[in-house]
Amino acid sequence: MAASGPALGTRAAVLFVGRRLASLVLTLLATSFLVFGAVHLTPGDPARAMLGPHATPAAIAAIHAQYHLDDPFLVQYAHWLGGLSRGDFGRSIQFRQDVTSVLAPRIAVTGELVAYAAALTMLGVLLGVAAAVRPGVVDTGIVVSTTVATAMPSFVVAILLVAIFGVKLGWLPVVGVGDGPVSRLAHLTMPAVALAVSLVGLLARVTRAGVLDQLGREHVEVARARGVPWLRVVRRHALRNALGPILTVGGTLVAGILVTTSIVETAFGIHGLGELLVKSVAQKDLPVVQALALLTVVVFVVMNLVIDVVAALVDPRVALGVRVA
Amino acid sequence: MTDISVLEIDRLTVSLGSGRAARPILDEVTVRVDTGEVVGLVGESGSGKSVTCRAALGLLPRGARVNGSVRVAGTEVVGLRGSGLRALRSRQVAMIYQDPRACVNPVRRIGDFLTEGLRTGLGMSAAQAQERIIELLELVGIRDPRAAMRQFPHEFSGGMLQRMVIAAALAPEPALLLADEPTTALDVTTQAEVIAVLTALRASRGTGMLFVTHDLELASAICDRIYVMYAGRVVEHAPVRRLFTRPRHPYTAALLMSTPTLASTNARLVAIEGRPVGLAEAPPGCSFAGRCVHVRDGCRDTVPPLRPVLERVSTGDALEAATQSAACLFEGELGDLLAPRSVVVPDAVSGCVG
Repeated sequence: MAASGPALGTRAAVLFVGRRLASLVLTLLATSFLVFGAVHLTPGDPARAMLGPHATPAAIAAIHAQYHLDDPFLVQYAHWLGGLSRGDFGRSIQFRQDVTSVLAPRIAVTGELVAYAAALTMLGVLLGVAAAVRPGVVDTGIVVSTTVATAMPSFVVAILLVAIFGVKLGWLPVVGVGDGPVSRLAHLTMPAVALAVSLVGLLARVTRAGVLDQLGREHVEVARARGVPWLRVVRRHALRNALGPILTVGGTLVAGILVTTSIVETAFGIHGLGELLVKSVAQKDLPVVQALALLTVVVFVVMNLVIDVVAALVDPRVALGVRVA
Repeated sequence: MTDISVLEIDRLTVSLGSGRAARPILDEVTVRVDTGEVVGLVGESGSGKSVTCRAALGLLPRGARVNGSVRVAGTEVVGLRGSGLRALRSRQVAMIYQDPRACVNPVRRIGDFLTEGLRTGLGMSAAQAQERIIELLELVGIRDPRAAMRQFPHEFSGGMLQRMVIAAALAPEPALLLADEPTTALDVTTQAEVIAVLTALRASRGTGMLFVTHDLELASAICDRIYVMYAGRVVEHAPVRRLFTRPRHPYTAALLMSTPTLASTNARLVAIEGRPVGLAEAPPGCSFAGRCVHVRDGCRDTVPPLRPVLERVSTGDALEAATQSAACLFEGELGDLLAPRSVVVPDAVSGCVG
């Protein structure tokens, strides 16, 4: 290949991000249709779910009229889509409020929880590096414990944590989110750990494999043969070069935390987006379910975009939007 | 300069593993490189030449058992660790590798690679290191070194990259330069360029160089003396001219006869029967006995020691003869039987430089 400029030209980067944002809109359109369709295919009547078994036919008819539940499917979809384009997600059936005002207060707490869990997940990188550079007892210990951690679903971890730290030792609060930063941190610790445990395990394994692969490369031996201190070799050559897969896996895992919050928030009584999703599905609160599903898709797509851009930043051989053979 | 050799490897014996599973790799290898000298280490794969070379950097395989001594500029390398080893590697010895693409970190700018040694080993500031590197890049023939330092390794050709590796190796002004097959991964025209760069540097600097190759012809173009290795042992050692005109070990003679030369296109090449063996698979006695056309009784009984070649030469060759040694029991009897049929004496400097 002829010598060319840096792989990440500004123009190329802007074009790339522009293209990806355009494809985000298309993805959202397709997903919105799927989500809308799937939710409508589920049996049951939201009005009945809301009003209970003793509701009068007149009351049910009123709800149907208010939420356009009797319109043909495509008309309902078009109506909803039109609202979306104006930033209107519709009205929540269970709360009798705009969906946006239902979501707004919950976004912060779920955001904090996800950020906390994501920060804990990064411990996996440290564990993976430690396992890679310390063969023997340390490596075996980390490999065994991360295998166990990977196999632990978050609800099992949640039960264990509550039983040990919440009930038996009484160190950490079991329910709610607390007031003030310190109390908030204490309240979110167990949920965040429950979310992160299996991800730490996964990320540690990916990191270990990547760093081990790099440590066996000639350029690492060359760096050592030049008298570069070992820690710097690990940091600047082995870990640095293994970052691509670590970031890809790490980013996807972090985006996935949002989905797992539904279980953990319910388990710890946190009124966040995850708990809202569970409640809304049970109540057949279609507008809320649709909004949350779209939000999840946006988070995944944006995370993928970020991963692609970062991958090009950490490895100059990766050209943005171009597959290099 | 002092009369201290920049590299003295003395009866270096290396094996991997221990007890019954021990696998010998080197057996009593003795190699010396003086200041300003270029010394060749020639052998087939598995002969132990790369291990010997790496021993000078204290880079032996994990768990290797080492006997003997390796001294670089007076410092004992065997058993050296920690900061002492780092100091040796960052100041005294530098190495040039076979594949420049594999030995430069692909995701960092070439400037990072070039200055890293100076900054971590010699504690130079970024600006100082950059200044010295730019000088060296000009010396090895990189145009616009400032721009080059901001580029990534994949943006350069193999030959350009190898020049930069050479510049990086020279940067700390090491006493000893190790070159492990520095042209093998390059195409032929690039090989000639890289050899030209090394030859020019050799003339302008007093650095001693150990040049490891499987290519005798190439070694003859750049080296003063050559050690020939076979199955983990040095089997012959002689000044270049001497080695080419009067090899005294059947293996060297066979190597010469199997090597095509530019000067003689019509000489028949004679392949060496069998395949090269490592020290671990070598038969008792002389390890070359199984492939030697001159094999006799006794060859398989004892390992022949590396002995000075005694010769009744009357001419000015006498001085050189004293510096030749060979590990063959019947070297004296075989004598001129081993001389190549068509004698080609390569010109030590211009031989390979295009």
